[in-house]
This record gives sequence, C-alpha cells and structure tokens, in this order.
Amino acid sequence: MTATMVSVQQRLGARRILGLSPLTWVLVVVGLVLVPLVRVLTSSTPLTATTTFTAAILSTAPIALAALGGVWAERAGVVNIGLEGQMLLGTWGAAYFNWYYGPWVGLLGGVLLGVVGGLLHAIATITFGVDQIVSGVAVNIIAAGAVDFLSKAFFSQITPNGGPRNLSGLYSLPTVNVGGLDTWLSKLNGRHWFLVSDVAGLVGSLISHVSVVSLLVIALAVLSWWLLRRTTFGLRLRSCGENPAAAESLGVNVYRYKYVAVLVSGGFAGLGGAFLTTVASSTFTVGQTQGRGYIGLAAMIFGNWNPFGALGASALFGYADALRLRSASSLHALLLLLAIGLLLLTVWRLLRRQLRSAAVNGVIGVAFLLWFLLTDSIPKDLGGMTPYLVTLLVLSLASQNLRMPAADGKPYRKGSAG
Amino acid sequence: MGWLVRAARSTATGLVAPLIAILISVIATSLVISISGSDSGIGDFWRVMLSAPKDQTMVNIVNLAGELYIAAVAAAIGFRMGLFNIGVEGQYGLAAYVGAVFAGGMFLPGPLNIIVAILLAVLTGAAWAGIAAVLKVYRGVSEVITTLMLNAIGPIIVTHFLNRYGQQTGYEIQTKPIGRSSWIAGWAPFGQDNGQIWTLGLIAVLVGAGFWLLLNRTRLGFDLRATGASATAAAASGVGAKKMVVVAMLLSGGVAGLVWIPEFFGGAHTYSSATFTSNLGFTGLAVALLGRNRAGGMAFGALLFSWLTCQSDALQIQTDIAPQIVEITQGITVLAVVVAYELVQRYRAGAEQRAVAAVLPEAVSA
Amino acid sequence: MVTSETALAPLVELRDIGKRFPGVVANHDVNVTIRPGTVHALVGENGAGKSTLMKILYGVQRPDDGTVLVDGTEHAFKSPSDAIAVGIGMVFQHFMLADNLTVLENCVLGAERIHGIAGKARAAFVDLGQRFGFDLDPDALVEDLGVAARQRLEIVKVLYRGAQVIILDEPTAVLVPQEVDQLFTNLRDLRASGHSLLFISHKLDEVLAIADDITVMRRGTTVGEAKPGSVTKRQLAELMVGSELPSPETAESTVQTRMMLSLAGVSLVVGERSVLDGIDLTIHKGEVLGIAGVEGNGQTELVEVIMGMTKPTSGAIVLGDVDVTAMSTRGRREAGIGYIPEDRQRHGLLLDAPLWENRILGHQTQPPNARGPWIDRRGARRDTERIVEQYDVRTPSIDTNARALSGGNQQKLIVGREMSGDPVLLMASHPTRGVDVGAQAAIWDHIRDARKAGLAVLLISADLDELIGLSDTIEVILRGRLVGTFDPTTVTPAELGTAMTGGHD
Repeated sequence: MTATMVSVQQRLGARRILGLSPLTWVLVVVGLVLVPLVRVLTSSTPLTATTTFTAAILSTAPIALAALGGVWAERAGVVNIGLEGQMLLGTWGAAYFNWYYGPWVGLLGGVLLGVVGGLLHAIATITFGVDQIVSGVAVNIIAAGAVDFLSKAFFSQITPNGGPRNLSGLYSLPTVNVGGLDTWLSKLNGRHWFLVSDVAGLVGSLISHVSVVSLLVIALAVLSWWLLRRTTFGLRLRSCGENPAAAESLGVNVYRYKYVAVLVSGGFAGLGGAFLTTVASSTFTVGQTQGRGYIGLAAMIFGNWNPFGALGASALFGYADALRLRSASSLHALLLLLAIGLLLLTVWRLLRRQLRSAAVNGVIGVAFLLWFLLTDSIPKDLGGMTPYLVTLLVLSLASQNLRMPAADGKPYRKGSAG
Repeated sequence: MGWLVRAARSTATGLVAPLIAILISVIATSLVISISGSDSGIGDFWRVMLSAPKDQTMVNIVNLAGELYIAAVAAAIGFRMGLFNIGVEGQYGLAAYVGAVFAGGMFLPGPLNIIVAILLAVLTGAAWAGIAAVLKVYRGVSEVITTLMLNAIGPIIVTHFLNRYGQQTGYEIQTKPIGRSSWIAGWAPFGQDNGQIWTLGLIAVLVGAGFWLLLNRTRLGFDLRATGASATAAAASGVGAKKMVVVAMLLSGGVAGLVWIPEFFGGAHTYSSATFTSNLGFTGLAVALLGRNRAGGMAFGALLFSWLTCQSDALQIQTDIAPQIVEITQGITVLAVVVAYELVQRYRAGAEQRAVAAVLPEAVSA
Repeated sequence: MVTSETALAPLVELRDIGKRFPGVVANHDVNVTIRPGTVHALVGENGAGKSTLMKILYGVQRPDDGTVLVDGTEHAFKSPSDAIAVGIGMVFQHFMLADNLTVLENCVLGAERIHGIAGKARAAFVDLGQRFGFDLDPDALVEDLGVAARQRLEIVKVLYRGAQVIILDEPTAVLVPQEVDQLFTNLRDLRASGHSLLFISHKLDEVLAIADDITVMRRGTTVGEAKPGSVTKRQLAELMVGSELPSPETAESTVQTRMMLSLAGVSLVVGERSVLDGIDLTIHKGEVLGIAGVEGNGQTELVEVIMGMTKPTSGAIVLGDVDVTAMSTRGRREAGIGYIPEDRQRHGLLLDAPLWENRILGHQTQPPNARGPWIDRRGARRDTERIVEQYDVRTPSIDTNARALSGGNQQKLIVGREMSGDPVLLMASHPTRGVDVGAQAAIWDHIRDARKAGLAVLLISADLDELIGLSDTIEVILRGRLVGTFDPTTVTPAELGTAMTGGHD
C-alpha cells in the first residue's frame, strides 16, 4: 500500500543520527570548512582563535541551558516563554546562595529559583489551563519584579560588594585543563594553517581552562536526549506533547509528566542564570539575562525540539555573540560568512526547485555580500544587535522545515480522553 | 431592557475574576513583605499605598495611566485575535525617537508639526510591528519571538543614531528639543507646582473608544475577534488569515507608536535616556491581560497599576520597604487574574449548560 | 463458544450506573451484563449515553452512582490504568494515537512494564500481529497509516495489554463494507480465543450480524435487551428511538439543465504528494452530487479547494458562469456558496460566542448581518430568532453560547445559517454526523426541500445509506482521483465499497 511505501521512503531518505537529519549534518560539515575559509579570505584571525572559542563557550552555555529547558517543556506540550523570567530568578538565586554558602550551593540555588518560576508557570498552565503564552508573560513580569525587589532587599546592605542592583565578588567554580596539550594546541592555532589551526583552536578551547559547568551543559544535553528518546519516562513525556488524550487513555498521568517537564525546564533555565552570574562573570546585576531566555527559545525551535539540535543552534548564537565581543573586524568577517552561507543555501533551494525560497535567500545573501564589500567595519554600538539579528535571520530561513510537537501550546484538561 | 440585564450580568461576572485576583495579590504581597525581614510591617505598606495621593501624585497617576492604557490597547488589538504582539515596548520606543527627531527639526509650523510627528510615530510603530507580521505570514516564524527580538534591536538602533546625531547636554545625549510653538500646555488642577495633566492624554480616550467601536461594531472587528476565538472557523467563514495578521499587527504597532506622545509634547520636549520612560510596553501588556483586553477593563487596570507605581514612591521615604515590591504585586495580579478568569469561564460554561438543560428536560448528552 | 448461558458467571456487570454533568444527566439506572466469550452490542442513537457509559467502564470518568463488577468483584476505577489492570481495553471512536510516534511506540506507551520499550517489546508486538492476523510495520510513523491500519493498531494496543474485555466504540463508522467484513473476521477470531467484546453502534444491520447479546440505550438509560435471532431491525429501532428510523430516501429527480458548479482538471499538490489529481465534476441546479470515499482520500481538500481555503495547483472552478478559481473564500461565500463543514466545532462555530454572533459567522458581509463596514446587531439577532424558530434549535436564548448546545442543535443552527440568503450551492460535509435521529431527519428534509427549490448540493458522507438515499449521482474518490460514477438507484453499498478501496469485482 502507499502508506507503507511512504514510510519506507521517509526512513531511507532521512536516516537520523542522534535525532538530527542528514541535511543538518551536511550543514555542520559545511560550516566547519566555511569558517576557516572565510578566516583565510579576510585574514581575520580572531574568527577561529582559541580565545574566541573560549568566549563562545561562555556565551553558548546559558543559551543552551534555556534551549534545553525549552525542549523539556515543549516536548511535554507546554510552551514556556517564562524561561527568561526563570533564568532571571536563577541569576538572583545563584548570587544569594553563592555569597552565603559557596559556589556549588550557589548553582543549586539558581536551579531552585528557576524551578520556583517553573512551578508558577506549571500551576497556571497545567492545573488551570491558562493560555501558555499569557502565563509565560506573567511569569516574566513577576520574575523581573521579584529580582528587582529581592536584590534591593537582600544585597543593598552588603558592603562593599553589594548594592541595590548588583553583587560582585562571587565565588567561582573550578575549571578543567588538560595540561601540556593546551599549550601545544595554542601554538598550532597561532600558525594559521588552513583548517588545522582552526580545529586546533576549537579543540583547545574545549580543554584549556574550561569550566566544569560548561562541560556539565554538554552532559545535560546528552542526558536529556537519552532520557527523552530512550526511556519509558521519555516516551511518556513526549506522548503528552504529541497527543495527551491518547496518553491519558493509556493510563499515563498527563498532568504529572507535564509538571515534571515544566519544573525541569525551569531548573535548566535557572542553571542558565546561575551560569551567567558565577561562570561567565562573578557578578550579579539586575536584568543580567538580556533576553537570553528568548534566544534560547529560538535556539530550541531552530534545533527542531531536539536536545542536540538545541545545543548546536545555541553554539551558533554563542559564536556570533563571541565574535561581537572579541573584535569589530571579526564581526565584519561574519558578514561574509553569512553571505556565503546564504548563497550556498540559495543554490541548494534552486536545485530543489524551491524558487521563492531561493529568491528570498539569494536577495538577503547578496545584501550581506554587498554590506561586506562596501564597508570596512560595523559600528561598534550596532554590534550588540548580532545575537538578535542572527536569531531573526536563522528562524526566518528555517521555520518551515521544522516540526514541533503536535499538541505543543494547547491546554489539556484531564478527562478529555475519548 | 434585555440588553441592560445582559450588560449588568456580564459586568458582574466580569468583576468576580479581578476581585479574586486582587485579593490573592494582596495576600501574596503581604507574605513577601513579612518574609523579606524589613523593619516596617505589612500595615505600614498598606497604609502608604492606600493613603490619599498627594496632589502631584494624583497628576502623575492620571498621566501614567493614560500612557499605560494606550500601550494596553495596542497589545489588546493583537491579543483579541490570538496574535501575541509582545513587541509594544520596542515599537513605541523606536516611534518615540523618530517622532522626537522629526518634531525637533521644526520643519513645519506648530500644530502641523505636531500632527505630522504623531503620524510619523504611528507609522514607525506600525512598520516595526510589520516586520513581525511579514515574517509570520511569509516565513511562518512565531510573532512571539520576532517581536521579542525586535524589542532588543530597537533600542540599539536608537542609541546608535542618538550617539551619532544627538546633542550633548551635560551627561546626556538628546534629540533637538522642539520649539515652543509645538509645546502643548496641559491642565494643572492643583496649580502649576503640582504638575500638569497632559492634554494629549486624551489620545488614550480616543484610542479606547476607537478600540471598542472597532471590535464590537464593525465587520473588521468581528473578523478579528472570530480569528481569536477560532482561527479555523474564521478561515472557513472567509476571513483571510494572512491579511488579518498583517492588519492587526499594523494597527497594534500603530497604536503603540502613540504611547509616549502625550509625555513628549506635554513635558519632555526632547528624547534622551533621561526623558524617555521605558518599560511602558511591558507594563501595558500586563494591563491588557488584567483588563482582559476589554476597553473598560483595561481602563481600570491602567489606573490600578498607575496608582500602585506612583504611590510606591512614598515607600522609600516612609518605610524601609523597597518600592520594587509593587512590581511583584503587579505581576502576581496578572497571573492571578488570568487564572481566575479561566475558573470563572469554566463556571459560566457549566451554568450555561444547566440553563440549556433547564429548557430541555429530556436533554441527554453523550 | 458458550454452551449454556447459565453455566458461566457474567464477566462484566454494570449495575445502576448514573453520571451527571453540569445540568445534564448523561446516564441513569444503566444495567448491562456481559458474558465471557461473547460479542455484546450496545445500541442507541447519538446522544443516548453510550460513550459516557464506556468511558465509565474504562475509567476515564467516574460514575456518580452504581457499581462496576468485573469477575464478580467490585471496582472503582480512578483512571484507565485501573481498568487496564483488570483486563479491560478500549478502542476509541476517534483514534487515540500520536501521529509523530512510531507504531511500536504507540503500542507500548503506558504498558512499558510488560516488555520494556525496545527489543522484547518489538518481538511481542510482531508475535501478536501474526497471531491475530494484523499486518503492521512497528517502525512506521502513525501519520503514514490509513484509517483501517490505525484501527488495527488500536486493537493490537489493547491486546498487548492482555485485555480480556475489549470495548469498541463505533468501530465501523469510518470503514467501507469490505473493511467492516475484515474487522468482523478479526473480532470473531478474538471471540473464539476467549475475549469478550463490547461493540457500540447505531448501525442495526451490523449489530444483528455480529452480536450475541444486544442491550439498547435511550436517553441515558438501558431500555431493553435482545438476542439477534429473536428480534428484527424494526423492533430494535423502535426500542432505540421510539419510532421507526428515518430514511434518507428522496423521491423524483429535480435535476435541471443549468450548470451550477463545474471543476475542470483540478489538482492539488502538497509538498511532493498529489492530494487531488485532475478532478472533473459538474453539479446542476437541483442536483445532489454525492462523494463516496474512505476518509483521507482527498474529500477534505476537495471541499477546501471549492471553498477557496486552499488554492489548487492547477485547474479551474466555475460557479454558475463565473470563474471563481482566483476568488477568496469570502468572495465565493458572497457569490452564494453555503458550507456545512465536516468538523462543526472547529470550522463551523465560535463555541464561546453567543448564537447570534455565530449567525454572523461566514456571512459577515451580507445582510441582515452587516450594513456597510458596520455589523448590524439588531438584524443579526432578529434573523437568529428566525433560524432558531424555523430550524427548531433548542436553546434558552440566542445569547446562549454555542458550546452549551447539543451536537444536533449546533448542527441545526449551522444548517439554518447556511440555507439563509438563498445559496445557489451547498457544500455539505457529513451533515448528520454525530447528531440525534430527530435532527438527522430534519436536516435531510431541509436538504431535500432546498434541492426541490433548485439548490445544487455537493454531499460528502461516510454514511453510505445517506449518500445513496439523498444523491442524484455518486462519484467515488480514491487517492485524490474520481474513479467511478454510480447511479444511486441501482448501486449497492458493497459495490461502492469495492470502488472506494480500489478493488475490482
């Protein structure tokens, strides 16, 4: 029958590795070659310098944690734009507990406060069936107010490190360093050989003075993937996001799985906040997240609701952010990178006869190319737009090939089975 | 007479939810104060908050309520059709800057200068929101994320241009101030020392009336509400979904462009990070949710939030409670109100089914 | 088989079950006794309370009164898991499957304790399939399965959990006659292997063909029991609805020569799949054209293309003598197309809006609902009163929200609305699905009357009796193509079924 033929075709056509489609892997490989190429073309060495990658890891981790949090909640069918607020709560929780109980308890404090934010969202959306976007907005408002109030109430009297809107001098967490190898890789990176030095830069950043929390993020992505894909627990959780009525008809306690998912989601976001205060810096300030929760949400979408996809997409955003922080020249080189990427995509769309998409991609690609060719640098104060612009760009190019869980965002009421 | 009874009944049920919500937030706020370990007690807090406002505070409450109301209506236009324009913040910020730059240039005589500047602000807000509409319609990107990203990008652009073309005065860089002929005097009910109620605050009244008329009396408004109630049914009824997204987003962004206008012509006269009032967009969203996107409800919500914000200034002086506490109060009120509405809604659906059953004694449902 | 009826104790007993929802008594004093190893049919019309009763037996809902006994022991199920634990399984009318999960994942979901979710589970699944003759690929995504395969998966799911009692809620509603035969073969095999089946239906022929015992429900309670050998269809119908079942037959032809709708070479390609393929059809004034087909063969898309909700990839649509191919949905509605959608709650109503606003829906631009850019509330309200009166919509007032009405009354409102303003063409998708017998008869009458007055009707229905009874011509749709034209005065349901599945006799 046709039905089976279609399914066979699909499976042969899209043999997924770690839940990612072959196309995604092609993109990853292309990216790995493209970046060194642009580095050579523009002789902008910061593009693949170890220090850039180190900065990228610090930028990536909080976004990735938010994105993973998003994967958890949305796989269970709950859209959580409260991630931003939960992350914000995490920054305060981490600062408070770090100051009084040390760095590890600080991390836990961040997670705890994130979970509290998740709980608010869970009660409103799961128990009371409130619109998930509306609840998320409300959670963000509460979180912003709470952090504002709490830092004023608790950090004002700490002298000299504290203030109504900040707390500095927090304890830091250990880093991992593979001795010897890192200096060798760093030397290799300095030679600027095509591809070799670039890869050395990337690998070097992963083994020299890398925070244990950064490594934890990778571990959490793996763990999330395994739990969601390979265990009974994950199957049940995903079923709540695909068809909760069916899950309930088979005895799955839908509310319980949704609650677990949203609490974990809040916890991940809270950890992301903790990362900002204790790993990426050693200072808490009010409003430290700067929309990273939202960018994480975008990374989750671009990562197709898959933990590894979310991690990869976050790395993309983190890398762009790092370039902005590193140097103006490398940000300018990023324009060429985007232009080439877009034009390659245009060719691919043309081959698949998706003419309209090709046209759109092509126009944007040429625009970036012209921008690169006609300017020497990007105004410094515009550099801050990079992560947000990249988010818009990436989503508007990718949205249509993605698949979200079927019941994502829809309120579910117990007893709806049948 | 029938409509009067209906109106009375819907107002009564409409009031239940906000009242429950306010009660919950009062309890929650009191709890936060009592555990935050300040020397002042819960009593002090409520005494300050509920005291009769000073004359100047009264003026501030009215002015801020007007701005919040415009922002809330902007958000509500989207909400009512199920479109989440979280980007009011970015839209009115950019619009305020563009309006200020044009008005400061004084290219046109007084009143005309004002009108064109307002139009430009409206267009800017609409255009900024329009980006999100286009991305949603043609690329399928959720407007929630695009508007949030645009919120982040807007201020960066403004800062860039302000730094480049603004005037340095003291520590601030500002746009060229508007000439006297474009100032709009306000109404000073308690004497000039206690401040003026901005004349252009009347925009809020117009926007509110227009919003009510649009939604309840026009075909376009019906299409908008139908889309919000059921996108699938609206599409089947002949509402063009894409066109509706674009129209609603442009309207919403256009109204957002008006948010800071009363303050600009009534008091600020120039745009700088010191004169510009930020965050009205986000608070406006909260007001829209609190007022359930209804013209009347949002008016109540705007006054309530404005009251809380303006009265909280006195906390600083009279107690040691951080005035930021009212942000928590506001947030909890919003969350509580949406939950309470949900419960009232369920109760009403049940009551209605009973009413149907009452006329049909034989009714049995599967 | 059971040799003596008194020899075996009842397997399941429902005693004096009662269930009330806000304002509605869904069940009261319901008594059903199921013997082991039998097919027990529960019949009753839509809204008689069958589904509620089944949900109680399966633990989805808890009864307010009465007791549920399984094997002589009383049970109070808190959730489906409790029911599953004592060997009760249910195949829902609307399949309970997650499209984006595989067949195997759907099967093991909730039953992971038995064999885990990997290799052992797969082996057990394949084994079950072979034993009972269900052919299913464990790794296929459910979204790629057809209706019959989904139903087989639902039955395997139940067997996988070791159910002894299997509830089937209207299992034949979506199947063609041949698939029904196949299903009955499966069910007889299951009965032979000792399973008990509770078969819910309102199709009396099928009940008489498969059941060992029959219980009849009406207005929320059990009103009688019968044996297939000693009862006629007519007697059952009288028990069910208190009178004879209405029949959809139409009298003489009213087809006129003037062409009302014609489609020429209409195709629709979605992604790389051809959903509609070169559709040519014509409907004249006063003609009812019936479309028969297994669900998911392009009927929904055909309606959407004609309504203008989806643009065809190629082909032309002409209404009267106007080419409407490029016209918007609104334009087409203004040109006189009435639309009774397949899913009234999703496409036909604003559930949380009052009836009078629902009167406006779909006719926003036309009198009496609008005057220029303004909504004419008074006009709309007055006309809603008229519809409520003429179409016998049972409601306390026109300010009642649509959600509060029963399915039949919702549908009557939609029919009344779509018949207003003298449409020239009516698109009717499953117009009587899920409505009670009274409303069904009324809707058929309205369609017949309008046809006599010159209305052209495109009728899509899964109920072959309805199609044969009402249509002047029947076209069969299969994989997006029209594959055969039949004369309803001579065709049998079995012949239609053959054509619908692409078989040859």
